[in-house]
Formats: sequence, structure tokens, C-alpha cells
Amino acid sequence: MSQQAPVLDKKHFESDQQVRWCPGCGDYAILASMLKVFAEMGVDREKIAIVSGIGCAARFPYYVNTYGFHTIHGRAPAIATGLKIARPDLHVWVVGGDGDLLSIGGNHFLHALRRNVTIKILCFDNRIYGLTKGQTSPTSEVGKVTKTTPLGSLDRPVNPISLALASEATFVARTADTWGNHFREVMLAAAAHEGSAFVQILQNCVVFNEDSWEPVVGRDRREENALFLENGKPLRFGRNKDKGIRIRGSDPEVVTVGEGGVAEGDLAVHDEKDESLAYLLSRLEPPRFPMPVGIFRRVGGLVALEKGIASQREEATRKKGKGDVMKLIHSGELWTVKR
Amino acid sequence: MKQLEHRDRVVIRFAGDSGDGMQITGTQFTNTAALLGNDLATFPDYPAEIRAPAGTLPGVSGFQVHFASDDIFTPGDAPDVLIAMNPAALKVNLKDLPRNGILILDADEFNKRNLKMAGYESNPVEDGSLAGYRLFAVPLTSRTETALAAFDNLTVKEKRRCKNFYALGMAYWLFSRSMDSTVEALKQRFAKKPQYAEANTVAMKAGYAYCEASEEFQVRYEVPPAPTKPGTYRNIIGNEALAIGLVAAAGRAGVPLFYGSYPITPASDILQYLAGYKNFDVTTFQAEDEIAAVGSAIGASFGGAIGVTGSSGPGIALKGEAIGLAVMVELPLVIVNVQRAGPSTGMPTKTEQADLLQAVFGRNGESPVVVLAASTPSNCFPMAFEAVRIATKYMVPVILLSDGYLANGSEPWRLPEGIGDLPEVRIPFHTDPKDFKPYRRDAATLARAWVKPGTPGLEHRIGGLEKQDQTGNVSYDAANHQKMVQLRQEKVQRVVADVPDLKVHGPDRGKLLVIGWGSTFGAIHSAVRLAQADGLKVAQAHLHHLNPFPANLGEVLARYDRVLCPEMNTGQLRMLLRARYLVDVQGLNKIEGQPFRVREVLTRIQEMA
Repeated sequence: MSQQAPVLDKKHFESDQQVRWCPGCGDYAILASMLKVFAEMGVDREKIAIVSGIGCAARFPYYVNTYGFHTIHGRAPAIATGLKIARPDLHVWVVGGDGDLLSIGGNHFLHALRRNVTIKILCFDNRIYGLTKGQTSPTSEVGKVTKTTPLGSLDRPVNPISLALASEATFVARTADTWGNHFREVMLAAAAHEGSAFVQILQNCVVFNEDSWEPVVGRDRREENALFLENGKPLRFGRNKDKGIRIRGSDPEVVTVGEGGVAEGDLAVHDEKDESLAYLLSRLEPPRFPMPVGIFRRVGGLVALEKGIASQREEATRKKGKGDVMKLIHSGELWTVKR
Repeated sequence: MKQLEHRDRVVIRFAGDSGDGMQITGTQFTNTAALLGNDLATFPDYPAEIRAPAGTLPGVSGFQVHFASDDIFTPGDAPDVLIAMNPAALKVNLKDLPRNGILILDADEFNKRNLKMAGYESNPVEDGSLAGYRLFAVPLTSRTETALAAFDNLTVKEKRRCKNFYALGMAYWLFSRSMDSTVEALKQRFAKKPQYAEANTVAMKAGYAYCEASEEFQVRYEVPPAPTKPGTYRNIIGNEALAIGLVAAAGRAGVPLFYGSYPITPASDILQYLAGYKNFDVTTFQAEDEIAAVGSAIGASFGGAIGVTGSSGPGIALKGEAIGLAVMVELPLVIVNVQRAGPSTGMPTKTEQADLLQAVFGRNGESPVVVLAASTPSNCFPMAFEAVRIATKYMVPVILLSDGYLANGSEPWRLPEGIGDLPEVRIPFHTDPKDFKPYRRDAATLARAWVKPGTPGLEHRIGGLEKQDQTGNVSYDAANHQKMVQLRQEKVQRVVADVPDLKVHGPDRGKLLVIGWGSTFGAIHSAVRLAQADGLKVAQAHLHHLNPFPANLGEVLARYDRVLCPEMNTGQLRMLLRARYLVDVQGLNKIEGQPFRVREVLTRIQEMA
């Protein structure tokens, strides 16, 4: 075994495969940032396994020189769950898009999160089906005109953060494809979390849904339209950080500090352990509110599924002794026929 | 003085409401017969509803035991003794009881209300319609209540609930059995509620004593032990044998077993048994659905465990896409299908073998898998073992077919004595990074290497997209696709090296070969033996390997003038045999959710031989 942890860099995690996303796709930025995150995690590449479903995002594992499994549509969380249970020593990541994880794979998404198995589920959310060339997705807005909804989509979109919270996820966060440093911080926090983690990545599909997230993600607009969550800090945003969120009863409102008698102390303070606050924040979105980004919920100290399973196995072995196959076969009521 | 008569074989059927405890009564009778050394076979027949409305026809639950002083292969065509706990049970089962058969009824239950519910216009106990049977109409319920009069700690309802053991006591007297093992079993079962153990024991002894004392019962019977092969035996049901087979194979390989499953009748028992074997390095995972169940097993296999999933037909349909993934990524995977009557939800508690073509073909694209089938309850053990061995040796999904009849039916199992009696299962995980290619193949088996994530220097990616030969990189190349389809097909074909030649029971060549697969073994075997005893030139062959077939199958089929294939479907094996070997196989097809009767097979043999 290695005597010393090697110093890893981004190159160490690049595979020899040519990356084949459309030019300008947000996935390139995500890949570049993730390679750095893997390098920074200080875990060597053979200890990492990336499991994906189907869609543009799901090509991700081919481009990372770790163990990888490009599976079938929607099922990556289920396959990753089996892998993590069988191999708790591995760092297991799941990559999928909004259609893969929230539509065809919605059931597995819910159950992987509520089981608190230590897998990191990254949802590259571009609010459109890209690989099949432009159909409405479960996060598409009402009224969206696509190839399958020429008169506008009638379906109400699902809110991935609210859904993850309702699924009892113990780590829930949101970041954006091009936000190098914010992205890095969120991912490192997800990597360090014991239990299931969900990260919604606002991702840009340049071909079928360009600039869908621009009002929140764009360089000039994020300060006004994104609310960067920091644990223990008041909910402030705006170019001059003078705006904030005040919660009266259960109703959030945007206020400006220093106007109308609003003091800093009137603003709500973010608490990653506060379930109700996390849900309330997940409902905020433009134009009435800024869109919260960062870590909505982070709760430690709950037993992760793979650990629970391993300790039940150990407990059973301690109580009954290590299983002896011949004894198992020769159990129950036996009788002997003599020669 | 009571008369003692000798019998070679007896079939007894317990029937009552699904809440009457017929399954436990039958099981206790079976265990006692097994301990006495009888050969035996059992068949539980219970409704899908846990407790259908009491007294109704759909709520009737039955358990049939066939025990004998020589070897037997089926639970018996028709009962010699029918114990019916209410009018509905009588109505459902009487048609199977031959004239002059012994019929024991709970007279207390033949009241107006119950008779009406079962659709009787008059009381058969009184109207003479049962005159052709040896009828014993005994007020079981009230006698049980009387016997338990001293039990102040039980309610009237609880006392009445012991009537099945009163009936069991009568059956024990009738067949000269000891009650000891049941007394012991009751103590264990009700360890925390000793008053129940005691009450049931008292009820059983009262039933026994009643027969002993009553003038009604003049004859009792004796069925001596069968001269079975020397060895240690236990009675086993198919699902338990299957679970133990999986554990044994994984244990022999020294590799952890992972079982991902979703509850479904009649396969749920396997998950339940395995959940109790955690100290064997077994992990069970009750998934959110059938797809997640197979998915988790594939994930575990990717991680280097023996991934197994189990279900019944509807669940297997849902798993189809994922099984195709396992074909493509060439990971070992065992898929157990405990078949039930379909299509759709069908008849969940009834047996059928109509998923053979689904197993062989039921996926998109050219998606070959190995298909095995167990033939008897105890045969589920070696077949499960074999499924694991083949899946890991060839890096291929293996579908193991069982069915509801095997799953819940039981028979004596002659146990392997030592670990050496079990085949070796060698799993050499690949660890050498030199010239590693994920899809490089073993020259003999065509299996690719199994690499556990975590192995340094062997990082690689697999997936459901077509693979380039050797490297496993994604490839849309035309010639490569053809080559890979053929390689996957060829790999499954090469499993034939691990398939024993098909053996024939009976003449090597001749007029008629009866060929079958799966749980029809017992009925076919018994019928063929009877036909042979009558001098007919008929032979039997039974397939345990459905894909690939044994190498000599074509040659065996060609040696007989005619071939008959009895199946509990409309002719699925027949279709495969005709397509593959151009032999005009004839079918005998029963699709009633019930196993074949020996007589049904024998009649067809007599017509053809």
C-alpha cells in the first residue's frame, strides 16, 4: 500500500476519452471543476466510483479516470446504492440530468435520499431534454414551448430542492455550472458529508435551452437574483448586500436594511439544521425573491445506511458466530437413514 | 379392539378457512411423517387473500401431504383423506376425493349461515349426499372448547382457534403417528406464550383420545418408513433450499452475497430467509421497486459481491432492461424467477411455468442469458448453487426458474455431508495492471476479467452503450457491433461445457420420449414409471439447463419415434425444441394454476406409446 498520500492534480483524474458535449455546454465547466474537486479530496482515483444514468450529463464517467459505470435511464441511484452497500470503502458519486433523476428515476431519487446512503447525487439541471433534442423536462416552466409542447407545457415543474428535502435528504445544496469557487466549496462539503447528499447544479444547455438560468447565474445578475446561503449568517443579497429576507410568521419578504426601520437583526439567519427554514428557502425564486444557492440543509450524526447494514451483519456474526455453510444445511429437524 | 391396516401410501388433505391454520397443521403432519422415515411430498394451496371473508369459497386454504413407504415424486393426484373444517372447504375439495375416501368434517361449522355462504341449499351432512364416503362428522369446535374448559386464561375465540390441532390429533391417531415432535414444535413456536402451546397440545391430545375411545373409528392405518438411501435428511421447501443454495455457493467462493429484492408472491420467502443469514456475509436489501432491486444487485456485482435478485414474472418483466445492462457490461448476476400464473398479476398464489420464453428472449436486442430450472423442492439447492457458479465463471447473467409449486412444496432432502460434496466455486478477481483491458477475454470461457473497484491501476468505465472489443470503449462501429453480438452469444453457448449430458430414464431408444423441465418432474417421472411397469417402451428426460441446452439433446430427441412435452403453459419448451431441432414434439399443456396429476400424464403416454 502507498506509504504517503500522493499529491494529486486535475490531470491525474482525466481519462483518455475525447469529451463529446456540444461546444459551449455547461457540462465542460462542471467536468473541469469536478476534476479539481476530486484532486482536492485527497482520495486516490481507484477509490472513487462514478455511476450515471442516461442523458448528456450521464456521459460524465467516461471522462474521469476513476471507476465508472454508465448505466440505464433513471436507475443510477439504485445501482449506486447497491455498490455503496457492497463497498462502503468507495466514494460513490451519481451523475444525472433533470429528466434522468427526477422523471424516469424519480422513485429511486426519493428512496436513495431517504435511506441516507452515502452517495453524492449531482443533478445537472438544464430544464430540458438535451440528448433527445429538446423536449420538456420535469423542471421546465409552465408554458414552455418545446418540440413536444408546441402550445406550451401544461405540467407544473418539480422543485428539486423541495423534493430532496421532502425525501429526508440530510445534505441538500444548489450551485451553478460556471461558479468555480462556489461550486468547489459546495462539492467539497458534499464529499465530506456522511449520508446521502443532493446537489442541484444549474446547468446551461446552449443548444436547446440557452440561458435558462441566466437571470440567476449570469455574472451581472447573480448579485441581485441569487441569495448566497451561509450557515449562521443573515440572509443578505444585492450588489451592496443591503437587501435581505425577513420572515414574519411563516411569510418571507424582501426588505432593505436601513429602510423603513429595518435593522440587520430583523433578517432571518440561515441554519443548516432547520428543516422548516430549508423548505421555506427552497420555495423562493425570482422574480419575487432571489434564488437561494449554497447549502440548504446539512445534518450530521445520523447513521448512514451502509454503516447500519455493516453493523447489523457484524452484530449477527458476533451473536451467532461466523456462518458455517454445512451447519446451515444440517439445521432444522434431521433424521438419519442408516446403511 | 381397533383394527390396524397396513398402507404403502396415503394422501391426506387439510382444508379450511385461510385463518384456520391449515398450513401449520399440514406442516406439522409432514414433519412427523419425515421423522418417521416416510418418503413424502407436499403441496400447499392457499388463496391470495390473507384472510378472505370467513366461510367463503375464495377463502379456502389447503395443504396436501403424500407420504409413503416407497419413493414418491408428487404430492399425489387425489386425497385418500379429506379433513374439511367448514362447508366452503368441503365444496372446494370434495370433487377430488374418490368414492369411499375418508371424510372428516367439523359438524359445528355446518350451520345455516356457513352453508349459505358456501352455496349449499341443504346440509350435506344430513341430506345423504355424502353417502359414498366414509364420513366422520365430528363437532370439532365444541369438542375443542370442552377440552380446553379449564383454560381460564384463554378467551372462547382463542380456544376455538385450537380446533386445527384437535383435527391434527385425529389424523395422528388415524395414521398411528407420535405427537412428540409437534408438542416440541409448539413449545418452541409459542415460547413467549406458553398458554397457547399448552392449549394446542391439549386440543391435539383430545383429538387423538377421541378417536381412540370413539366407536366411530374402528380402523387405523400404518405407513411404514421408506427404504431410502442412507444419509442424513431434512424436509425442505423449495424457497428455503434455494436461499441456502445461494449462501452455500457464495460461501464456497468466499465472496459476499448481496440479495436485492422487492416483496412479491411467491418469491418473498427467499428475501426473508436470506435476511436471517447475515452472519454468512450475506446482505439483503429490500428495494423500493423491482428495478431498484435488480439495479442494486448489479451495483453490488460491480463492487465485487455476488449480486442476486429474485422475483416472480411481473417483477422479472420490470427488470428486463437492467438484465440487458448486465448482459452488456458482462457482470455476474443471478435472477431468480419463482413463476406464478400470469399474464399480468394473474393468479399470484397459483403455479405455472409460462415464463420460459420471457427468460430466454424477454429483453430488447440480442441479449442472451443462461437459463436454468429447478425440478423439485430440494433440487432448488443445487440449481441455485449452479447459477452462482456459472454466473461468476462466465461473467454472465443467469436466470434461475422455480415456481410456486416448488417454492412452497416440500420433500425430504438428502443432505451433502461435507463441504467437499459441493462443487468448487473459484473467483479470481483480476488485480494485475499489466496490459489490462476491460473486455479482454479468457480463451476458453470468453469471460472478461472481474475487477473490483479499489484496485489501483485498473480504473475503467463500463456501460450500456456498445463496447469496442477489448478496450470496452464506446463504439458505434458496424463490424464491431456484429462481432460483439456474436461474442456475447458465443460466450453463453460455451456454458455448454458446464452442462452435463442429458440422461434418459428408461430405454435408450424406442417409441416415446417424455421430456420436461422444471416442476413437472415428479408427475412425469411417476407417470413414466407406471407406463414402464405396464410394459410400454417409454423413456423420460428432464432438462435443468434451458439455455444453453445440453450438447446431446438433439441426438437424444432423434432416438425416439415420438416426443411428448408436458408443460404448465401453452407449449414454450415445445416451441424451442421444434425450432432448434426440427423435431415434431407433441404437447400436453395444462394451464390451470395447478400441477399435473400423474394420471393426466399417464393417459397421454398411453395414447402415444
